[in-house]
Amino acid sequence: MHLAYPAVLAVLLFCVGLYGVLARRNAILVLISVELMLNAVNLNLVAFDVWLRDELHAGQALTLFTIAIAAAEIGIGLAIVLLVYRNGGTADVDKLRDLSERADAPKGAAGSDEQDEQDEKAEAAA
Amino acid sequence: MTLAAAGPGFLSPTGVEIAFLLVGIATLGAALVAVTTKQLVHAALWLVVALGGLAVEYLLLTAEFIAWVQVLIYVGSVVVLLLFGLMLTKAPIGRSPDADSGNRWAALAVAVASAAALVWVVVDAFRTTWIDLDGVVQGSTKVSGQYLFRHWVLPFEALSVLLLAALVGAIVLSRHKDGRAGAAGPADPAGPADPAGPAGPAGSAGGSDSRQNGAR
Amino acid sequence: MTITTTAVLVPLLPFLGAVAGLLLGRRAPGFVRPLAVLPTAAAAVLAAVVAWRQGGGDAVDAATRLTPTGSVPIDLALHLDGFAALVAVLVTVVASCVQLYSTGYLRDDPRYPSYAALVSLFTSAMLLVVYSGDLMVLLVGWEIMGICSYFLVGHYWETEAARAASLKAFLVTKAGDVPFLIGIFALAADAGTFRISGIVDAAASGGLDHPTLVALLLIAGVAGKSAQFPLHTWLPDAMAGPTPVSALIHAATMVAAGVYFVARLLPVFAASAAAMVVLAALAAITMVGSALAALAQDDIKRVLAYSTVGQLGYMTGALAAGDRGAAVFHLLSHGAFKALLFLCAGVIIHTAGTNSLAAMARMRGLWGRAPDAFWTMTVALLALAAIPPFSGFFSKEAVLGAAEHAATGHTDGIPAAAGWTVLVAGLLTALLTAGYATRLWLLAGSPALLRGGRKGPALSAADQVRPGPPPSDSATAATGPSAGPAASSAGPAAPSAGPAAPSAGPAAPSADPAAAGDHAPISAGASAGASADHAAGAADPTTGPSGPSAAPPAPALEPASAPASHPARTPVVMNAVLWVLFVPTLALGLAVAALPDWFDGRSLKPTLSTSIIGTGFALVGVLVTYAAWRHTSTLAARVPLGAVAADPDGDPAVSEAEAIATHRSAYGSIAGAPDPADPGRLLLGPLHRHAAAGFHLDALYAAVFVRPVRAAARLVRFLDREVVDAYVGGASGVPRLLGAAVRRAQTGNVQTYLSALLAGSVILAVAAVLVATGG
Repeated sequence: MHLAYPAVLAVLLFCVGLYGVLARRNAILVLISVELMLNAVNLNLVAFDVWLRDELHAGQALTLFTIAIAAAEIGIGLAIVLLVYRNGGTADVDKLRDLSERADAPKGAAGSDEQDEQDEKAEAAA
Repeated sequence: MTLAAAGPGFLSPTGVEIAFLLVGIATLGAALVAVTTKQLVHAALWLVVALGGLAVEYLLLTAEFIAWVQVLIYVGSVVVLLLFGLMLTKAPIGRSPDADSGNRWAALAVAVASAAALVWVVVDAFRTTWIDLDGVVQGSTKVSGQYLFRHWVLPFEALSVLLLAALVGAIVLSRHKDGRAGAAGPADPAGPADPAGPAGPAGSAGGSDSRQNGAR
Repeated sequence: MTITTTAVLVPLLPFLGAVAGLLLGRRAPGFVRPLAVLPTAAAAVLAAVVAWRQGGGDAVDAATRLTPTGSVPIDLALHLDGFAALVAVLVTVVASCVQLYSTGYLRDDPRYPSYAALVSLFTSAMLLVVYSGDLMVLLVGWEIMGICSYFLVGHYWETEAARAASLKAFLVTKAGDVPFLIGIFALAADAGTFRISGIVDAAASGGLDHPTLVALLLIAGVAGKSAQFPLHTWLPDAMAGPTPVSALIHAATMVAAGVYFVARLLPVFAASAAAMVVLAALAAITMVGSALAALAQDDIKRVLAYSTVGQLGYMTGALAAGDRGAAVFHLLSHGAFKALLFLCAGVIIHTAGTNSLAAMARMRGLWGRAPDAFWTMTVALLALAAIPPFSGFFSKEAVLGAAEHAATGHTDGIPAAAGWTVLVAGLLTALLTAGYATRLWLLAGSPALLRGGRKGPALSAADQVRPGPPPSDSATAATGPSAGPAASSAGPAAPSAGPAAPSAGPAAPSADPAAAGDHAPISAGASAGASADHAAGAADPTTGPSGPSAAPPAPALEPASAPASHPARTPVVMNAVLWVLFVPTLALGLAVAALPDWFDGRSLKPTLSTSIIGTGFALVGVLVTYAAWRHTSTLAARVPLGAVAADPDGDPAVSEAEAIATHRSAYGSIAGAPDPADPGRLLLGPLHRHAAAGFHLDALYAAVFVRPVRAAARLVRFLDREVVDAYVGGASGVPRLLGAAVRRAQTGNVQTYLSALLAGSVILAVAAVLVATGG
């Protein structure tokens, strides 16, 4: 099998997830998009592992670890989203604007906003 | 490993390739729908389709253990978690017109640009690379167990600690604080802070109740 | 104590006093006066001890080197010869007198502590100059004196005149100090040392390469410090400072520093005949010009200031004639009688409430109210006019004798032209000096004696003019606020004014409070320059110089009644000091036989020919001036003029500051007054107008130096505002606009941030790939 097939599929999946992360309002949908991006990476790992026939099977092992970490991430992320929702009454990402220059951002979710935003940045970077 | 330029061309695909291509198209389509649909719960369900498609792709790449793990963890637990999350945040059932933010055109531009760049690079780099799927099996449960517990024991154990920490963290985060347990009840105090919010829970006894999932 | 230790203590004591005064001035006001007077007095005693032990013998040299200073070493060196010892005695004695006088003169001044400390510091610096045997150390004292002079002249900084004068004094002397510094360096480079003794040796052995250049550069600094033409213009203006400062700095010591410096380095100057001729020419111009200017001044202190310039010209002339003994002798006697004159002037200004001679000439009873001042001033003026047997006669004759000596070619190395220049100018100046001294005495002191006692007609003329329109409207209205309290206090005192002023009888009944006031305008018809706003601003007499009261232009002529007499108002200490200085003024001439032992050994005794000619010139000056005054004094009653500061209970210094501040508005000029009764006006004729303005030298400087500098400053300001500021504004404006734009991007929406971040990443990645593949 050509390596280009899984690689291109991974790229496209990743970009779809990217679009979701950037475009979705609901925080849980953002998490769904993050999952898509993670899976695109997993596909890449598996495909390259199979292609390279690595002795240690590093690609597959890492895929397993990524899956586990993704599960943990989704748990933590959902907990944070729930907290944000409880504090601010909304789970919309673009409503959480406490860091904006203008003072018209909602003040409700003061405490956990920053965590949330930082968290999302970390996720996106992952 | 074959870096062979003499590999088979794209115009005469093997059966595995055809299967991979078809399943890949389905997966991609499901993913696209998942990130564009206006119905939030449907997004989660389309995610199931996409993840399942990916599991099939793993199988086609002979990584069968990972495929089953994918089905177990993602389809079995993660999606369920997401659905619970949607319900707990009183996500509306049915079409919600504002599922996408005003950022979507910028997001689209970025996504298309990165897709174009990455596809170009990847295709340019791996145009002629051929994966030899025959030969020794690589992803069976037996092989996976061997390499996992022979070479990757320490990260595996570290990962268990990570999972424990995530478990504890999730519990701590989602727990009602004692001091404000009363205030954070059904009449959420944050409601007045954002009375205009479309998903605002201010009227928890009002119209949004009817759209609530009973699981709450 | 060795003589060296004693000599070191002499400058050190006033310095420590100054430091202690500055440190303790605010916290312990009780210590300020002792700290001001005692160190200076102790220094005077020690200086006398030094002089006695030095005894005119060989010079005592002592030096210590603190640190190596490169190619030309700088030593802390003492050089004690007869000149240094005697000048130090003069400095310390005058400084002690001035410090004592200041305790009375500035008794209520809030800035007295800093004033006294500065005077002490100044004294210390002058003593450093006198004792120093090293040019660099001398320069330190020289510059400290300059800055102290700046601060002290500006003591009444509330007045515009004092501010301008202090700046002018500083800048003009600095203009001389720059070439002076260069000259010192050139001198040290030629001689290889900063030690004065070494330099003098080098000069004597012809070791100087550029004697003329060095001498001319040094002369510039000397002209600045000693107020010689053309850098003398700061000295008359510096009279805006307090009178004791004028006495100490601008008569007895600082201005003498230049002369003393030339005396110390005379061999250097003598090495260049051209320099001596220049020095003689400067001295001659200075002498004659300043004497003419002095004849036209209205401010009593400015008369004395120009007189100081002229007497310093004598000293410079003596130096140009190659006789430093005569120069320093005249320095000593002049220091004594000129300090006395200034201190007298301070008392008189306080008593009269004005510094204008024109106003004093219309007051009666001044003499009776300040008898000590007038008696001592009479003697000091006689000394100034070089009438035998007072001290000034002997010293001036020594100068003239030296000039004659040089003119007849008896002095080695001195061109006869220099001698002749000095001699002729000196004789002419003797005439003029006697003239302005007589004028000063007649205008300030005489009316009470002569006109009040003997000259009935003038008095009656004044009385006849008086019953004009009653002045109660305008005068009362204008001076009312300030004269009010004075009137109440003067009420009971008015009867006692009878004996002091015989004519007070008819004046006393006047119900006008302004007339009965202690400092009421004697003659209210001031020139139109006495604008009403000045008088109207005089609301509160206790606010010091800010509330002066110039007499308003009033149609009425007040009777020349003496204000109510307060004999005890002049502090006793001020009068006592006058008598202390009276002694050397009277008797310093007796030292003429002993002084040559202290100096170079050349006889200072007056020669017969110059004595007769000089004294004759002086007597002619006196008589001519007296005749002119007889001719003009009757006009005084007819032309009303004058204004006084109505602040009877303040410090003496307050009266003076007010008088200075109001002189221009009352008389139209800081220097002159439109007084037809002035004998100087008659004597000078058409020259009077120019002489009053100092021969327009200030205007010339303003046109040549000040205006171009101001124009350049305006240009620079324009460039700064319009060009530089535009760039600065642009440099700040563009980032501000950018900042506003960037701020707009801070929406708080994380997804926007993330989009931008990823877009940037994509662009970077594509660029990297392109570079990698393309390269």
